[in-house]
Amino acid sequence: MPHTRRPFPFMRPPGLDLPENRHGVLIVGAGPVGLAMALELANHDVSSIVLDDNNVVSAGSRAICWSKRSLEILDRIGVGERCLRKGVTWKVGRTYCRDEEVFSFDLLPEDGHKMPAFVNLQQYYVEEYLIEAARENPLVEMRFRNRVSGVVQSRDCVRAEIETPEGNYRLEADYLIACDGARSSIRESMGLDFAGELFEERFLIADVELKTEMPSERRFWFEPTFHSGQSALLHKQPDNIYRIDLQLGWGANPRRESRPENVIPRIERVVGHSDFRLDWVSVYTFQCRRLRDFVHGRVIFAGDSAHIVSPFGARGGNSGLQDVDALGWRLAAVLRSRSPRNILEDFDAERTFAADENLLNSSRATKFMTPTDGIERLLRDQVLALAAKAPFARAWVNSGRLSVPCVYPSEGADDGTMPALSRPGSVAPDAPVENGWLLNRLGGRMVVLALGCEMPRVDGANVFAPRVTDMLRHRYLGIATSAVYLIRPDQVIAARWPYPDPASVEKTISRLWRLGK
Amino acid sequence: MSALIDTPNLADHDGFYAELLAAHRCLDEKRSQALNAQLIMILANHIGDRRVLAEALALALRDIG
Repeated sequence: MPHTRRPFPFMRPPGLDLPENRHGVLIVGAGPVGLAMALELANHDVSSIVLDDNNVVSAGSRAICWSKRSLEILDRIGVGERCLRKGVTWKVGRTYCRDEEVFSFDLLPEDGHKMPAFVNLQQYYVEEYLIEAARENPLVEMRFRNRVSGVVQSRDCVRAEIETPEGNYRLEADYLIACDGARSSIRESMGLDFAGELFEERFLIADVELKTEMPSERRFWFEPTFHSGQSALLHKQPDNIYRIDLQLGWGANPRRESRPENVIPRIERVVGHSDFRLDWVSVYTFQCRRLRDFVHGRVIFAGDSAHIVSPFGARGGNSGLQDVDALGWRLAAVLRSRSPRNILEDFDAERTFAADENLLNSSRATKFMTPTDGIERLLRDQVLALAAKAPFARAWVNSGRLSVPCVYPSEGADDGTMPALSRPGSVAPDAPVENGWLLNRLGGRMVVLALGCEMPRVDGANVFAPRVTDMLRHRYLGIATSAVYLIRPDQVIAARWPYPDPASVEKTISRLWRLGK
Repeated sequence: MSALIDTPNLADHDGFYAELLAAHRCLDEKRSQALNAQLIMILANHIGDRRVLAEALALALRDIG
């Protein structure tokens, strides 16, 4: 069954009748990024209003592969376990060249993490869960069918002009976060340059409901016989819905290609029969672009409005949630007068760095999947030919390098004897602790993790000193006998020391909040 | 200091050169190109040092690029 999209009610906003008091934060766009943003801010005791021009969740699966880090973020805002239960957990990916399998990979065969490497879940489910959580949260107000038609900012305030079915009104706020997607009208109205590359390639994406069960694997084909000269991707989703992405070539006419009479025969060739139902079809063009800066005074961009990548690699929705992760605690600190506004520069620096890493990976994968004629195609085809006979070349086959959180450049204290995977700038690796999980235990606060030593109290962080298990040792100690980790509210490791040094810890905490020396 | 060896390093270079020509002898243009491409990637993997490869690329590009 195609997903039923129940419309959310339009409630007459008070601003239509009399001017509203100035708000803290307006969030434009009730997609996964905007909704997660509101819930993350609520976790930091900051209220917000989410404005969306629509009143239903997204049509079609769209962002389907949610990474481990996204699931951890969703867990912190209360919907991670639900996504995990409903989603299809997969870890095996198979890559075929023509009809031969050239290699397969198995993600995260390691235990001791609450969340798996990836789950597939249609974007509309994630939005539905987030909207439910948002509506139950007293700090989040949802306003559907409220379209922001203009944004003006002054030195100390941002003003949004809003259109509703019952008339227009205006809201003032300290900050406005534009989570209004790839075609962000706020970005456009501000005349911001969205620079990057457009690839001359189009893909058709479809959700189809099959009666037959197929394995929970990602399958990618280069030049399959069922889709001559092009590439194809197949993902399993809940409810027996399969997502198929088919390369069309640049010459294709998107409107003609999305007609069922043209789509159905192609899908018949992928699945090998016609016992399926077509639920949704869309066509997209590969693009890799980003804004130069994500913070523009009192208007902040997050998610697709700030950066877009080609989809193979699951770097769209996942990187948007990581923007939320890096922004929430800092913006909350500004709004609660804990930090000066320049703490937002740290968000901007980290997320533009991450966007560049995503853009680089994405544009490399795109070039591999859709080489131009001549030398690019020759080299690509020879990698595929080599992959069949030499193990090293299998790793060179690039059907999208799947999203992992980037390691932020960090000036935090480090100790070379400790494991590289938990170096400053990395997301703290999860591990079982005391009948639960480390990341749940860290929550969204500044925490000092003390392992194998007594840590005195410090100002500005809670000390957590679990019993050192083998997993904690492996992920946090390595050959060191003791360690002190300072972990930020977004669960990123800020610094680490081999022994307790409260003065250095407190100095680092002040630096993270951008307080004077 | 340069990481790439650009002074004589291969004992029987005449033998290798002949072997390379022989490998290409029965191939048409397209297959020859495929052979060269695979050879580059096999050797790059064997060398396994990005710095050496970067210097090799720069050396080859000099007077060509």
